[in-house]
Amino acid sequence: MKDLALKSHRFRMEREQDWRRLERLLGKAEGGRARRLSDDELLEIPVLYRACLSSLSVARATSLDANLIDYLEGLATRAYFFVYGARTNVLDRVTRFFRHDWPAAARALWRETAAAAAILLISAIVGYLLVANDPDWCGALMGGMGQGRDATATTAFLRKILYDDHGGQGLSGFATMLFVHNSQVSILAFALGFAFCLPTALLTAQNGLVLGALLALYVSRGLGLEVGGWLIIHGATELFACVLGASAGFRIGWAVMFPGARSRLDAAREAGRVAGAAMVGVVVMLLIAGILEGIGRQLIQLDLARYAIGTGMLTLWLAYFYMPRPGARR
Amino acid sequence: MTSTPLRTEREPRSMKRSLLTPEGVDLRLTLASAGDRAAAFLIDCLIMLASLIALSIAVGVGFGAMGKDGGELLKMIWLVGFFVLRNGYFILFELTPRAATPGKRLLGLRVIARDGGRLTGEAIVTRNAMREIEVFLPMIALFASSAAGETVDAVMGLLAVAWTGIFLLFPLFNRDRLRVGDFVAGTWVVKAPRRKLGVDLAGDAGTRLQRFNFTPAQTQAYGVKELQVLEDVLRRRDARTMKDVARRIRRKIDWLAEPHENDADFLAAYYAALRGRLEHRLLFGHRRKDKFDAA
Repeated sequence: MKDLALKSHRFRMEREQDWRRLERLLGKAEGGRARRLSDDELLEIPVLYRACLSSLSVARATSLDANLIDYLEGLATRAYFFVYGARTNVLDRVTRFFRHDWPAAARALWRETAAAAAILLISAIVGYLLVANDPDWCGALMGGMGQGRDATATTAFLRKILYDDHGGQGLSGFATMLFVHNSQVSILAFALGFAFCLPTALLTAQNGLVLGALLALYVSRGLGLEVGGWLIIHGATELFACVLGASAGFRIGWAVMFPGARSRLDAAREAGRVAGAAMVGVVVMLLIAGILEGIGRQLIQLDLARYAIGTGMLTLWLAYFYMPRPGARR
Repeated sequence: MTSTPLRTEREPRSMKRSLLTPEGVDLRLTLASAGDRAAAFLIDCLIMLASLIALSIAVGVGFGAMGKDGGELLKMIWLVGFFVLRNGYFILFELTPRAATPGKRLLGLRVIARDGGRLTGEAIVTRNAMREIEVFLPMIALFASSAAGETVDAVMGLLAVAWTGIFLLFPLFNRDRLRVGDFVAGTWVVKAPRRKLGVDLAGDAGTRLQRFNFTPAQTQAYGVKELQVLEDVLRRRDARTMKDVARRIRRKIDWLAEPHENDADFLAAYYAALRGRLEHRLLFGHRRKDKFDAA
C-alpha cells in the first residue's frame, strides 16, 4: 500500500500547531503587550523559537513548498529579534544610561572634548582681542545675535540686559525656547561632524568668537564681573554641552577619515555608538541649561549667587563625568 | 556576538544577506530596496506633517479658548511638540520591539544591527540624528533661500543642491543601501514582512485526486523552479492562467485528458505528484534545479 500523503505534508501537520502558537505570542508581544504575556508564555517563546528554527532547517532540506519556507523564514526572523533583542524595560535603560553609559561615553570622548574646548577657548580669545583692539568688530562677529549689543550701545543699555528679569513674565516659555533652539543646533553640529569634522569645528569656533566679542564689549564698559555672572550661571552647563556635542561629531568625522586598522564601516559604527550616548546626554544638559538661563538667571540677580551656581554646576558635571568610580567597572 | 556573523553573498548585486543565528541557522535576510526606503520615509513625512498641523490647530483652538493667560503654556507645548516630533518620531518608534516607524511597518521593513546583535538605543539615536544633515539642513537651506528671494546668490543654491544630492542619494552608491545614518550607527534596514501560511497544496491531493495517476516519466518533466511557478499559479487561482498552464503541461507530458477534466484538479494533482517525486529525490541529495537540470 503506497503512502498517500507526502512526507513534507505530514511534517507540516505535526509542527504547525507550534508555529501558530509562536506567531500568536509574538503578535501579542510586538503589539506592545509584552507585559500581558504571562511568565509561562514568556518562557515558552525561546523554546518555540528553537523549534521553529529546527523546522526551518528541516523544511529547507526536505520540502519544496516555497510558501512554507518563506513563512518559516519570516517567523524565525521575527522570533530571533524578539529573543535576542533588548527587552530591558524603560526604567532599567534610563537608570543604566545615567549611571553608566553617559559618563562612560563622555570619558571615552575626552580627547575630542579637549580639542573642542580648545577650539572654543582659542576662538573666544581671538574674538576678545579683536573687539578689544577695534570695537567695530563687535557688530561683525555677533551679527544677528547682537540684539543691539554693539560698539554704539550705551553702558546703561548693556547693564539693563544683564539684569533684565522680563518682569517675571513668560520665563518658562523663554526657557523652553532656549532649550529647543540650543538642542537643535547642537544636534546639527553633531551630525555635521560626519563631513570630516570641519563644519562642527567652524560652528564651535563661531560660538567662541561671539562669546569673546561679548565679553570684550562688556569689559570695555567696566562690566566684566557682571557679565561673567550673567554668562556662567547657564554657560557652564550650556557651553559644556556644546563642547560635548561637538566632540561627539568629531569622533564620527575622525573615524570616517582615519579608520585605522579597522574597516571604515566598523570604525564608524564604534564611533557612532559612543557618540549617540553622548548626544542624548547633551540634550539633557541643554534642558538644564535652558532652565538655568530662562528662569534661574532672570530670578537670581545677585552676581555672587550667579557665580556660585555656575561654578557649582561645572564642578558637578566634571565630577559626574570624570571622577573615578571604584566598583563602577562593568 | 560582536564579530561577523553576517557575510555578504557571492553575487555582487544580490540583496540577500545571511544572518547566522547562534543556533547555527541562516535566516537569509533581504535588504530593503532604495524605493521601499524612500516610500517609507515619504509616508513618515506625511504622518509628521499631519501631526504638526493637528498640533498647531489644537494650540490655536486652545489659544482662542484660554486667551492670553494660556499663551505661554501653549507656546511651550507647541515648541516641545515640534521638537519631539522632529527629533523623537523616528527614535521612539524604532525603539519599540518592531524597530520600525509606521511607514516602515506599512512596507514590511525593520531596522536591525548590522552584526545581527542587539539594536541599541545609541545606534537608533545616532542613525536618526544624522537625518539632520541628510534632510532637515537642505530643507532649511531651501526655505531660507526662497524666503530671501532673488538676492540669494546662485552659488549657495548650487551648493545646497550638491549637498542634498550627496547625502540623499548616498544609499544608491553602496551595495548595502546604507544611509549616512546607517553607516555611522552600524545598522541596516531589511525586509521583514509578516507572511501568511497558506494551505498545503499537496495536502489532500493524494487522497482526493487519486484518479490521476502519473507515470514516473511524467513526473520527471520538470524541476524545482517549475514546481514553484506552478505553486504560485495554484495559489493565485486565476482561471485563465490555470487553463493555459494546464494545457501546456498536458502537452509536455503527453497526458490524455478525460472529457470535462477540471483544470484546477489536474494541476493540483500534478503538483502533488511532481513535488512528491522531487522531494523524494531531495532526500537522496539530488536537488533538480529546473527542467534543464539532468540531476
